[in-house]
Amino acid sequence: MAELTKADEPTDATPNVSDVEVADVHSEEEAVAALDAHVDRGEPILQVRNLVKHFPLTQGIVVKRQIGAVKAVDGISFDLYQGETLGIVGESGCGKSTVAKLLMNLERATAGEIFYKGQDITRLSGRALKAVRRNIQMIFQDPYTSLNPRMTVGDIIGEPFDIHPEAAPKGDRRRKVQELLDVVGLNPEYINRYPHQFSGGQRQRIGIARGLALNPEVIICDEPVSALDVSVQAQVINLMERLQNEFNLSYIFIAHDLSIVRHISDRVGVMYLGKMAEIGTDEQIYDHPTHPYTQALLSAVPVPDPDAREHRERIILTGDVPSPANPPSGCRFRTRCWKAQDRCAEEMPLLAVPERFKGSDSPAAHESACHFAEEKDVVHAA
Amino acid sequence: MTIIDPTDAIPAPRSGDAEKTGPLLEVRDLHVEFQTREGLVKAVNGVNYSVDSGETLAVLGESGSGKSVTAQAIMGILDMPPARIPQGEILFHGRDMLKMSGEERRKLRGARIAMIFQDALSSLNPVLSVGYQLGEMFRVHQGLSRKEAKVKAIELMDRVKIPAAAARVNDYPHQFSGGMRQRIMIAMALALEPDLIIADEPTTALDVTVQAQVMDLLAELQREYQMGLILITHDLGVVADVADKIAVMYAGRIVETAPVHELYKRPAHPYTRGLLDSIPRLDQKGQDLYAIKGLPPNLLKVPSGCAFNPRCEKAQDICRTELPPLVPVTERDGTELPGRASACHFWKETIHG
Repeated sequence: MAELTKADEPTDATPNVSDVEVADVHSEEEAVAALDAHVDRGEPILQVRNLVKHFPLTQGIVVKRQIGAVKAVDGISFDLYQGETLGIVGESGCGKSTVAKLLMNLERATAGEIFYKGQDITRLSGRALKAVRRNIQMIFQDPYTSLNPRMTVGDIIGEPFDIHPEAAPKGDRRRKVQELLDVVGLNPEYINRYPHQFSGGQRQRIGIARGLALNPEVIICDEPVSALDVSVQAQVINLMERLQNEFNLSYIFIAHDLSIVRHISDRVGVMYLGKMAEIGTDEQIYDHPTHPYTQALLSAVPVPDPDAREHRERIILTGDVPSPANPPSGCRFRTRCWKAQDRCAEEMPLLAVPERFKGSDSPAAHESACHFAEEKDVVHAA
Repeated sequence: MTIIDPTDAIPAPRSGDAEKTGPLLEVRDLHVEFQTREGLVKAVNGVNYSVDSGETLAVLGESGSGKSVTAQAIMGILDMPPARIPQGEILFHGRDMLKMSGEERRKLRGARIAMIFQDALSSLNPVLSVGYQLGEMFRVHQGLSRKEAKVKAIELMDRVKIPAAAARVNDYPHQFSGGMRQRIMIAMALALEPDLIIADEPTTALDVTVQAQVMDLLAELQREYQMGLILITHDLGVVADVADKIAVMYAGRIVETAPVHELYKRPAHPYTRGLLDSIPRLDQKGQDLYAIKGLPPNLLKVPSGCAFNPRCEKAQDICRTELPPLVPVTERDGTELPGRASACHFWKETIHG
């Protein structure tokens, strides 16, 4: 695998591959031991470098020929710091869920690295991979399909202990599961109930309890509240914030609802067609966006304030997202961008602090992949 | 145009000013219940609302509040049984649709009242081309030939801004993106230029950028045709953008009605207030989100008194025993607030306190 991935390293990779302290491990034992290392608050716990995932498109039944690839994730890099929440937003098909699967190692990356505490988890296997997985857990979108209807709540939340028996001694499990139920605000007596006996919000709490069972350090949340009612959404978001403080968790929060992402995130990355378009703190992205796509996305969000509807400038994008199997040359957003010029078709903009903002300490000085990055506040009514 | 059988059963069209008295559609004291194995589910318990031509009414509520069931009752597409409408009236141009024969209602449905569904992919027939499905409206209601219907279908697709309509008319639903499919749904609803469109969560399944496109299109077409629009949604942002007036539903009842600007400024029901406080805002980063405690009620056993009382912070004894009626809301000095009503014993404290 490793030799293969080196070969098709993308040429257009973003340049910020730097300063990753690669842990010096020689054996599986050492690899497992390295995972226990303590990471200080504010230090990077997860570092993603030039991550690529292409799904091959094949033709023919007996003799399969590859005729192309869906470039779901095409060279993205970011850091997740200990104790923070990194929000990832984008339209459907932009690759945000594929990123989640890659971080969980549920999909093998085509190229690129994911460093967890300095170890590249895309190359791990066996015992070392199992140990990493214990520390990175996931909360899924749909609480109706992500819980097995034939298992009791106790079995669902306790299942991680079957796979990682060292996390809880056998006789202790029931008590642990009840503790977890209590932590997420469910009655511990519900341990023998089945998922259908719970409402959507309660099911999502069960999903969260399962994610917490192994005391992970990183939780990847893929649209955790999109399937819930408004009044229940707020409960689950508050619960997740409380748990983050209590257990010192780092979240990657993937969602399409930009208001919720702003509420929960410390930093936000905006994805478009497999690339990171812009990344920065929540204030930088929401109040001082410089990438046209971010601006369009933000201006399209309906604001729950009828007085704003006359004043707010809205950028309505035309057309749909192009197919990731055949993305536009140069900047991927150029086909829908109102600023696009010839240069955008020829030269792929790199994710970096734009030249004009370099050295300035204005909030507009954050990484943005646009040749013509320009600050524009679209969220606040004029 | 060859309109088949324009019998006197169909109320006078919008252009004819024969009936200019009442509102376009008026729902009066509508009740809907479902017979299930677990018992009688009272999904809608006495709903009243009205829509005029060119007006947008937003019906806001969470799942299980009865907002979609009300819409289905208006359309006449409820499965009966298990559903039953024990009482109530649905007046369309002043005539009670619940008293009409099946045949009469069938002629109204699609032609005068149309519906846009949430999930365009599962509402379109996957084995028929979109042109055929769009043309069906003209073939069935107006007796056009296939060829004529197809020409009409292309016109409609142009109307809703589907690029290269003539080339795509023979494509199948799966060949369109989510936003385009929703446009086809809108085109289908518009086909016979109805007086009233009911849109049930029309943009919930779409991305924000596409949602903005679709809502804009809907608003533009509504202005052009002066249609009444009932928008059913749980998204307070979308409501703020397009609605003229709002009805908030909870457990099968309307708990508050208000013109859009008023509702967001001064809610008169604790549930509305809770909903408004619990949505995160794009333009500001607050601290903890306010969360309404508890869960929406099980419709098999709706709490006695006010259905919201177990979740309400202001609940008193009276709330647990007495069902609050929907009463007009006034200013402190008693000045009327047109269009405003609240079903809370303590609406005065909620709006003014």
